[in-house]
Amino acid sequence: MKINLRDPKKIMKLSKLGCFHQSKLSFLRSFLKEFKTWKYNRDLFDLDENGFGRAVYSFSKNKRIYSLICFANKIDDKERSDRVIATKWDAAFTLHDGIPSKNDLDRLSENVPKQEVGRMSYKELTLSRANKSVRIFDHVVDSLSNGRQPDKSKISEVGYLYRTTAVYGSGKFGLADRFRIKNRNEIFGPFRLEMMLVYLVRQFTFDQVNHIAKYKNPKKAIKLDNDICRNLGIGNSTGLGMAPFIVNHPTLLNNWIAARENVLKKIREIKVVEKKSEDIFKNCLKKSLKNISSWTTDSEFQKKKILSLNEDLIKFTKFLDENSLFQNQYPFNEIYLWSEKNLKDECIEYIVSMMMEPFDEIVEPYVYKMSSEEDKFFTIPASRTIHDLRRILEEKYSDILKIDFSKKESNQNFWFISKNKEEPRLADRFHDNGSELEQPLAIARDINELYSRISNVKNSLKVGKFLLENNDLRHVVRRAFIIEKFPYAEIQDNTIGSELVAIDMLRLKLSFFGAVKFDPRSDKWLRISMFQGAPLPEDLNSFNDHWVYNSLN
Amino acid sequence: MRSLSEIDTIVKRASKGVGYSWGIAEEVGKNIKLLETYGLSGLKNLNDYFNSLKSKKFQHLTHISTENQSKIPYCPIIAGTSFLDQIDELKDLVNIKIENMSYPILFLPFLSRASEIVGKKISLKIDEKIFLLNFNQNIYSNYFANEILKHADLIQISFIKNSNTFDQNEWDNLYKLSTNTFVEETDELKKSAAGAGLTDND
Repeated sequence: MKINLRDPKKIMKLSKLGCFHQSKLSFLRSFLKEFKTWKYNRDLFDLDENGFGRAVYSFSKNKRIYSLICFANKIDDKERSDRVIATKWDAAFTLHDGIPSKNDLDRLSENVPKQEVGRMSYKELTLSRANKSVRIFDHVVDSLSNGRQPDKSKISEVGYLYRTTAVYGSGKFGLADRFRIKNRNEIFGPFRLEMMLVYLVRQFTFDQVNHIAKYKNPKKAIKLDNDICRNLGIGNSTGLGMAPFIVNHPTLLNNWIAARENVLKKIREIKVVEKKSEDIFKNCLKKSLKNISSWTTDSEFQKKKILSLNEDLIKFTKFLDENSLFQNQYPFNEIYLWSEKNLKDECIEYIVSMMMEPFDEIVEPYVYKMSSEEDKFFTIPASRTIHDLRRILEEKYSDILKIDFSKKESNQNFWFISKNKEEPRLADRFHDNGSELEQPLAIARDINELYSRISNVKNSLKVGKFLLENNDLRHVVRRAFIIEKFPYAEIQDNTIGSELVAIDMLRLKLSFFGAVKFDPRSDKWLRISMFQGAPLPEDLNSFNDHWVYNSLN
Repeated sequence: MRSLSEIDTIVKRASKGVGYSWGIAEEVGKNIKLLETYGLSGLKNLNDYFNSLKSKKFQHLTHISTENQSKIPYCPIIAGTSFLDQIDELKDLVNIKIENMSYPILFLPFLSRASEIVGKKISLKIDEKIFLLNFNQNIYSNYFANEILKHADLIQISFIKNSNTFDQNEWDNLYKLSTNTFVEETDELKKSAAGAGLTDND
């Protein structure tokens, strides 16, 4: 049986993308698989009794070494902020290519804690900072120093000891450009070095609490239990900075989504599913119900989504129990079709992710297809005709062309770069200043304008000729020819309308990172957890591949 | 050291900041990144050009022909964008001359990219400076100065026919040497080689 890929016009709607969940394709999971045979080491741990100082952790294999350099600093409670305008953090980190020399460490100690205003070199690959979770850090240290493990319910409520507010890579602030390292096999997957940084930071947070507790009460202190460690991740506060990324990297976005869609298609095409695969799937489903109960948030928006997910999963479980689907042919296709008919997007996409769990052999090849050489598709094919362009717009943007941009609400918002922090922001066009400086992220509006502009242009005219008088729309002409080749490259929605839920864009990206427990703090930023439940470095040689589902129970 | 990614981003924003459209600004970002990759002083020239926009006017060359002249110096960015957009027609011209262009180094990456599109090497002369643009893979030149080139009196562009850089004798000689690595096949082996026993009319 041949299953069609899902229609981009349905999948690329923001409300749908905002329901995506982590999966086997997620970058933190593929990072762990890739590096499970690497040697982990703590090379330096030079902290004082309060946990301030330097530490270095590394992954090495053959002659390649990646070193995480940590700088833990003292800051006042009032200086601790998750806002992107913060200038001080409890700890700052960089991932260094190779073994850092003493000079490197000294140079980096001057720059890494300054983050955006510091300068890195081509020898550094990623950069980050993090703040302690005031909710549990002291509680964990106090408990350990008094010879007892921390309260599991408190731990579970938060899920991490530190929360990052940014993880930078790819040339930011002087970091190595991707072209320098892109041919390394071990990092042939998006954001792999960012994932490595976060993973090693997680270990640092455990070592630091153990260290402080030991100094506080050398005779009585105990170490944080490994099972508790495994159930702790690294938190992350994410704002709108991520949203433009997915608009500005269309071919990369396509490759992420296309990987997911192709894997789903292949799973639906499996005629007979083995008992072992059926068991893995059902086991993940069973554990999911418990996992979801530990997903807490104050956001009404998210509460509704979690409730709907929970209800739908119960409904789905009942459906599975009442029908012997796996005795039929193409059971996953049947599951998918039933889900689409009976469940909401939040649960449909959850099930899609879960379907991947038994099928390494299907998923694995796509893990390596999720990067993109974006520059290859940059140049506009100026020799193509207006006929071609019109056809692309009508075929690929048909929903977008239906949006009425003469209405005020269709133009409600604009994206801009904040002067104070050089970060993307969203504002109300009719209330806030600066819309004349808006970023080119209103793709739907500009595509509509392009379509209207070519309405009276001859079909035979070359695109190059058209551009001579219409260079103000050059950015969307480029996109049209990209989407022609990459069907999942474009969000099929209005990114400036009054109905825009910007965190849908964040959630899409974060799901591919492998984040869980999305916790929106407003309509413009959210908290998540990464690596919660992941194996510790000492477990990497042999860990359960379905750890995400096992962990949170 | 600034990374190429930083250069691309800042140049794109600066180009929009001085008034180019976002689409052209994207082109300029990629171009300056390209120049800097090849060790040519793209950012320095662009900065000087953008500063000069405050006090000078530049001509927009939109329709490129064999001979292009203007009393007001041409803007290298608009001329370059036009060149890229019209490359399909321009590739059949033997020579193209553009007189009076400001900051011609900024024009160069458009031609480098055009070379890749048409699959032909492009020879570019900026007054006495010579550049050979090879399919956007590399740039060969007698000019390596890290300086600002404010103006060119004459720019000459020619598309180089795809042809060998060696003659038949040189090829034959090397081919003969290469046959030293071959082994004479026995009749028996010839009979069992792929396709043996079939006729071409099968």
